[in-house]
Formats: sequence, C-alpha cells, structure tokens
Amino acid sequence: MSRAWIKVLGVCELVSVDVNIVTNTIRIEDSVLSANEIQLDIPITGTVFGTLLNYKGALERLGDAVNDKPYSAPPIAPVLYIKPANTFNRYGAEILMPAGISRLEMGASLGLVIGKQAIAVDEDNALTYVAGYTIVNDVSVPHDSVYRPAVQHKARDGFCPIGPWIIDRQEVDNPDDLTIRVFINDKLQQENSTSNLIRSVTRLLADVTEFMTLNPGDVLLVGVPEDAPQAVIGDKIRVEIAGIGSLDNVIVDEKEFKWSGTI
Amino acid sequence: MRKARIAYGGSIHEAIEWEGQLKLNDGRLVEESKVTWLTPIEPRTVFALGLNYADHAAELAFAAPSEPLVFLKGPNTFIGHQAYTRRPADVIYMHYECELAVIIGKTARNVKREDAYNYVKGYSVANDYAIRDYLENYYRPNLRVKNRDMGTPFGPWLVDAIDVANPMNLKLTTHVNNELVQEGTTADMIFDIPALIEYLSSFMTLSENDVILTGTPKGSVDTAVGDKVVTEVEGIGRLVNTIIGDESFINR
Repeated sequence: MSRAWIKVLGVCELVSVDVNIVTNTIRIEDSVLSANEIQLDIPITGTVFGTLLNYKGALERLGDAVNDKPYSAPPIAPVLYIKPANTFNRYGAEILMPAGISRLEMGASLGLVIGKQAIAVDEDNALTYVAGYTIVNDVSVPHDSVYRPAVQHKARDGFCPIGPWIIDRQEVDNPDDLTIRVFINDKLQQENSTSNLIRSVTRLLADVTEFMTLNPGDVLLVGVPEDAPQAVIGDKIRVEIAGIGSLDNVIVDEKEFKWSGTI
Repeated sequence: MRKARIAYGGSIHEAIEWEGQLKLNDGRLVEESKVTWLTPIEPRTVFALGLNYADHAAELAFAAPSEPLVFLKGPNTFIGHQAYTRRPADVIYMHYECELAVIIGKTARNVKREDAYNYVKGYSVANDYAIRDYLENYYRPNLRVKNRDMGTPFGPWLVDAIDVANPMNLKLTTHVNNELVQEGTTADMIFDIPALIEYLSSFMTLSENDVILTGTPKGSVDTAVGDKVVTEVEGIGRLVNTIIGDESFINR
C-alpha cells in the first residue's frame, strides 16, 4: 500500500488514504474499495504547466530542424505551456473528440504536485517542494509545428485528465526512473521512462522556479515522450506510471455528450 | 461603475471609485494612496494576443497573422496597480506593452461575433511586459518571456461594460518617467474583441473572469531599473508600475 490523497466528488478537502496501485484499490477508513467504486474527482487545485521537448527522444525527433527556420537553434530554457482550467478532466471520465477531428494524441506525463511555494529552488532540495506525484494525460490535437503556442491544439475542454490520486512523494524512491506505458483498448502502444528526461525532475524544478513561482496545488508536467500514440472515438485509454498508478479515460464523440454520464 | 479589489486594514475588500476616493464594500471611504491595489478580479484563464496590431507586427518584422496568435498566462505573473516588476541585471531589452483587457462575464461556447459583447463583463488595463533576451522559437512567445513573476501589472479598475460605449475606439498610451513612448488606438486591432471571443469560444469554453489581453500597438522601448511606467487606456484606467532590480532581492 502507498500513502496517497484522493479527491472525492462532493467532498471539499483531499482525503488521505492508502492505495494499492497494482490492484487499483483504495483503503479508506475500514473499507477497501476499487478505484472505480469511488467517484474520484480531479485531485489538484492550482495551475497545470506542461513542459515541451523534455524527453531526449522527443527532441531527437526534431533532428536538424532545430537549427533551421523557424526554430533557428535548439531550446535553451524549459519550454512551458499551460493546460487551463477548462481542460481539467477526471479519472474515468470521457475525453471529447471535437467535431471535425478524427484522432487525438495521448500525452502521458508524470505530474509533480507542488506542496509548498517554490521560488528559485536549488536542485539539491527541490524535491522537498513536491507533495507527491500524479498521472496526467496531456491530450492534444496532433500538430507538427511547435513554433507557436498550441492553444487550439492543447486547451480544448476536457483535454487534461488528472488522477486517479496523488501518491506521497516519500513513496517514490527515484522519480527519474519511472516506467510510463500507454494502453489503448488494453494493447500496449507506448513505453518509455522518466530516465530519458533531458532535465531531471529536480533540474526542471530549479530551472522553472528561477523565473516562475510554483504554488501549492500547482502541477508541473515533466514532459511527454516521443511517438505519443493517437486514439479515435470509442478507444479506452490507460496511462500507467510505475509506482504511481493508472489513469483511465475513454474517447467519445463530442456530439454524443450531453453534460452527463460517466463510464 | 469602476470597481477595484484592494487590501486595507489587514483584509481584502471590493471597492468602487467614489468622488476621487475609494468606497470599500463595508462603507468606509479611503484615499487611493492608502490601499494596496490587487488585480481587479482574480483572473481565471488569461489569453494574451501577440502581433494583434499591424504597426507593432511590422515593428517586430512580422507579417500580420492570419489567425489570432494566442498564448496563455498563469496566476503567478499578475500584480496590481502601483506595484513593482523585476528587471534581471543581465537583460538588454525589457519592454512594456499597454493593452486593453477584456473580462468575460459568463460561460461562452460557440459564440457568434454579433453576440460577443453579451459575454463581456468589463474592461481593464494590462501591461504585458516582455524580456526579449529570453525569446526562443518554441511555443513563442515562451513563458520565460511572458509569464514571469510580477511580469503582468493588471488594473487598477474593472470598468463595467455598460459604461464603455465603444471599446474598439480607445486611445492607448504608455509614459515612461512622464515621457510619451507608446501611442495607439484599439481601432487598429487586427482581430477585434468580437472576433477574439468568437475564435476562442469556437474551440473551448470561456468562463467568468477569463481575461483576454488584446495586444499592443507599436512603440516598444527598453526600460531601466527605477523607471515609472504608466500604461493608460482612455476611459478605462491609468496603470502605474515601477521597475526594480536584482538588488531588491537578497536571495539571488
């Protein structure tokens, strides 16, 4: 069992629980319940910041293009973006396929949940600013160019499932060595590891907080690995991170959605 | 009506402009100089526009965009009227950007341009500072340029939409140490307010207190530590900010 926090629909505060990430169960008071038996809500309260091109493989995919226009040089500082509040989505809920779009990219990322205000932190003690870890599916409309901010591709309603819980930082020995897998309809579509990050978790926290304060409840995504799989309407998506758990969602047609229902 | 959020006497108040003073929501009358100005609303999602004035785009050697160039800002970057913005010692070019801020009043999805103003609660002024030294060509303009702590003064007032006859014909000016350095009019926006609301709401849901910073006209000039930067939008407000240097921070 791992110490974790969950957010339950209708309960204001986060609830401390023990979770079993293998059986996907939650011990809450005297009961042991499946994650699917509890109406899990989005476990974070702040701003979600994403990091672009932080996997070695993702940067390699750009190849020599980084030296050509419009990029002209490889990135120097962390390249960040914001997943705004309308994108937040919960464990088990639907991801809506927008009209006119046929495929969505599933962006599996480890989310660092901030526990105390982090300003210009040192790499050496950066982890003490992290309350815990969660799983984020940074959904995008596929786009090749990363020259201009991808608001239209990344900021659509429900494009940021987060959960199912926050695993206490102390439960994770090394956040820079976590296997990440994406399953679509139970078939493995992607496997990578945070050991392939360009900026490690602590380096990223130091470099980001040099210019930008992270506050309690904010989430910093460490990045999305290269070759993010694409999904279509009807697909069941599972993003799994070793030691953290798995985040399940399903893709549905926007036209079918009537402000109701869960899977 | 002109509304503010301020800190006074150890707590946060909503207030309105009242014969040159502030009337707090508890009925007290206070001089403007006696309060700490907060942002006029607590911003939710904030959109900012790049290159939305043809003259500014030309100044930066860009062709005017064919669709709005939108980027997002986080809550860490916003500060109120009469506050301070840091200029790191190693930078060469940090400039202000005077902008009309549009504050959304209710949930907006798939709004047509002819209905767009029904979704506007009011207007304010923003100074969307940029440090050009940190520009890189990935998701440009990147957050290191545009989402720095203290990087976006916002206020002083929320001016009710009903009190603004034509937001698309307002003069924008910036003065640095009382010298006029930037001048333009909202009439010159490439994508006007209804176009921006139509565009954004076509692919995502907007909510109350989302904010659209509508871009800046030409007139970008470098600023120095100690400069008093006043960005003003006619009829909306006069937003004062002072540049401070690294010496104000003892931890770096």
